[in-house]
Amino acid sequence: MGENLFVGMAHWLRAWLENQRFLPLVTDVLLMLLAVVGVLAFLFLNALFLIYYDRKFGAWVQARLGPNRVGPRGIFQTVADTVKLLAKEIFIPNNVDRWPYLLAPVLIFTIPVMLFMVIPFGKGMVPYDLNLGLLYFVAVTSVETIVLWMAGWSSNNKYSLLGAMRSVAQMLSYEMPVILAMLSVVLMVGSMKLSDIVAAQQKVWFIFLQPVGFLIYFVAVNAEIKRTPFDLVEGESEIISGPYTEYSGMNFALFFLAEYTNFMLAAMMVTTLFLGGWNAPFGWTFIPSWLWFLFKMYFVISLFMWTRWTFLRIRIDQMLSFAWKFLLPVALVNIFVTGFGLYLYRMIRW
Amino acid sequence: MLKTQEIAINVGPQHPSTHGVFRIILKLDGETIVDAEPVVGYLHRGIEKLAEDRTYTQVIPYTDRMDYLGAMSYNLGYVQAVEKLMGIEVPERAEFIRVIATELSRIASHHVFLASMALDMGSYTGWMYPFRDRELVLELLEMLTGSRMTFSFMRIGGVADDLPEGFIEKTKEYLPKILEGVDEEEGLLAGNEIFIARTKGLAPVSVEKALAWGWGGANLRASGYKFDLRKNRPYSVYDHFDFDIPTGANGDCWDRFTIRLAEMRQSVKIIEQALEMIPEGPIMAKVPKVIKPPVGEVYHEVEAPKGILGYYVVSDGSTKPYRMHVRRPSFINIGMLRDILIGTKLADFITIFASIDVVLGDVDC
Repeated sequence: MGENLFVGMAHWLRAWLENQRFLPLVTDVLLMLLAVVGVLAFLFLNALFLIYYDRKFGAWVQARLGPNRVGPRGIFQTVADTVKLLAKEIFIPNNVDRWPYLLAPVLIFTIPVMLFMVIPFGKGMVPYDLNLGLLYFVAVTSVETIVLWMAGWSSNNKYSLLGAMRSVAQMLSYEMPVILAMLSVVLMVGSMKLSDIVAAQQKVWFIFLQPVGFLIYFVAVNAEIKRTPFDLVEGESEIISGPYTEYSGMNFALFFLAEYTNFMLAAMMVTTLFLGGWNAPFGWTFIPSWLWFLFKMYFVISLFMWTRWTFLRIRIDQMLSFAWKFLLPVALVNIFVTGFGLYLYRMIRW
Repeated sequence: MLKTQEIAINVGPQHPSTHGVFRIILKLDGETIVDAEPVVGYLHRGIEKLAEDRTYTQVIPYTDRMDYLGAMSYNLGYVQAVEKLMGIEVPERAEFIRVIATELSRIASHHVFLASMALDMGSYTGWMYPFRDRELVLELLEMLTGSRMTFSFMRIGGVADDLPEGFIEKTKEYLPKILEGVDEEEGLLAGNEIFIARTKGLAPVSVEKALAWGWGGANLRASGYKFDLRKNRPYSVYDHFDFDIPTGANGDCWDRFTIRLAEMRQSVKIIEQALEMIPEGPIMAKVPKVIKPPVGEVYHEVEAPKGILGYYVVSDGSTKPYRMHVRRPSFINIGMLRDILIGTKLADFITIFASIDVVLGDVDC
């Protein structure tokens, strides 16, 4: 019913633009710009809702109410917070390294937005279906480490420096299990194209075929997005705000927004890789594919939030040894077993 | 050649995890602490000096403000010291009310300990649950004294007020809920692998070291030394009650945490017994209107939630004390801080400091 809502809109727009007799290049560019605007709109609306959801979820876990003043049931709380942050004075402390200091918040938000390009939001709804979609995803995520380092180093603040060093160590260490867990899925599909991965899960979702891979990915991506138990980069009780300490106003808002965007991306990747993407379970296709995608994404988000509000922070050396001495070997063994299993499967089939 | 540098970081008086206005200057090599210099005094209010200019009864509100989280014990120590000096015998009902109030205050203080330790380590939920349960205790104390935090409830010779109507029933209703809350917090934190990994084996303190640095209270018991002033040198009516003294094995942060959980359960046990055994009678002894102790000095120790609390009162025969000195447990307990911090990580500093359970009002007086 609403299945082809967005695809239909895109086709209609393309047809309308072509009717206007623009050059095909102009049509393409206009459509791409519209796609970007659409993605940004989705992003902002979701981030706004997500921050509110996080606080309400946490309140529910902690036997309290959460935001309930601004708007009915407090749904405009995030808007109020954003307006507050926008209205704050952006001051630049004295001895900061100006260029990295000012560039860091811009870049930290640009990078996650770039990643929305390859995610299949629904059937036929990938903004740009790269053949190496997964590789693109991993490569661009890695650049974030540098941006956090820029923020922490340029702030000329020892707490920020500690936070930046921690973030570099953490994100570098957890890249490996993330990639290896993704690799086990790629082994099963044989392609890095994200829409192929989703299509391969029509019968069985990969969470059932790759339970260990799912667990490794879940934990490692939790560390990549720096949420409790891995939130020592922004370990509020120790280093105040880590690399974000010296930022205020819109700068800080951009960091905050980027954190929640990363959060969404992580949930989307878990959905795409392991929970079947936009595939409907049990063949219930009366709910459109993009709605299934949203449901699954929010289910994974709720799982992340559940762990966030239950657990406490892990210490840096324990976290690093967990990544290198536990997750990495397990991920390697998982790949070995997957490869061996695939080989056996093909042998039996023939 | 790669050169590394030690940085001196100031964990300043304003910090989310320093339990007040505590300042420590840490020298870090990467994340490892190589030197630590605590700087105290940011909350110094001159209570001991102020006491020299107030009558003996007027000093009682000052004693609350030292450890504002477990204030009843501080009241108790002071009034018992003056009673010792004057030779006053407190009626039994007053003693029982004192015990009930003190143990409720101890439970409230330990709730804050649990919550702060959880929050410092990153568990926001672990902070909410003890505070929710603490509300029950504070409701009871408010019923009894009219105040939630700084009670000034005890008087020289007894207590200020009798148990209000419905207090005993309400306490009996709330005590099981408090026990449930303790179980919940234990399940949330003490059963959590991350918590265990972060606290077990961290900063173990041997009994000799603890005694040498003057530790007392739960910190000393965590090291394995079974010493509780309520049992070893009983004061008030504590010898009427049957309760255990939980002790730990190694004196690491894990032991200090679990000991206080167990102590909360023992406090509940004491309150239950006190509610059963409380006799009828006056709540205030026959004390002269103007309190003028004889010339002399007295030192009296009680078991405060933070450790061993001692009051040294010198009287020159007038209505105001000549000198009052408070042996404050938090101040003594942080003496060892530098020793046990060296070699640990920055995140460990937060955990260790939280596990020693200090409150800055008590450190600075």
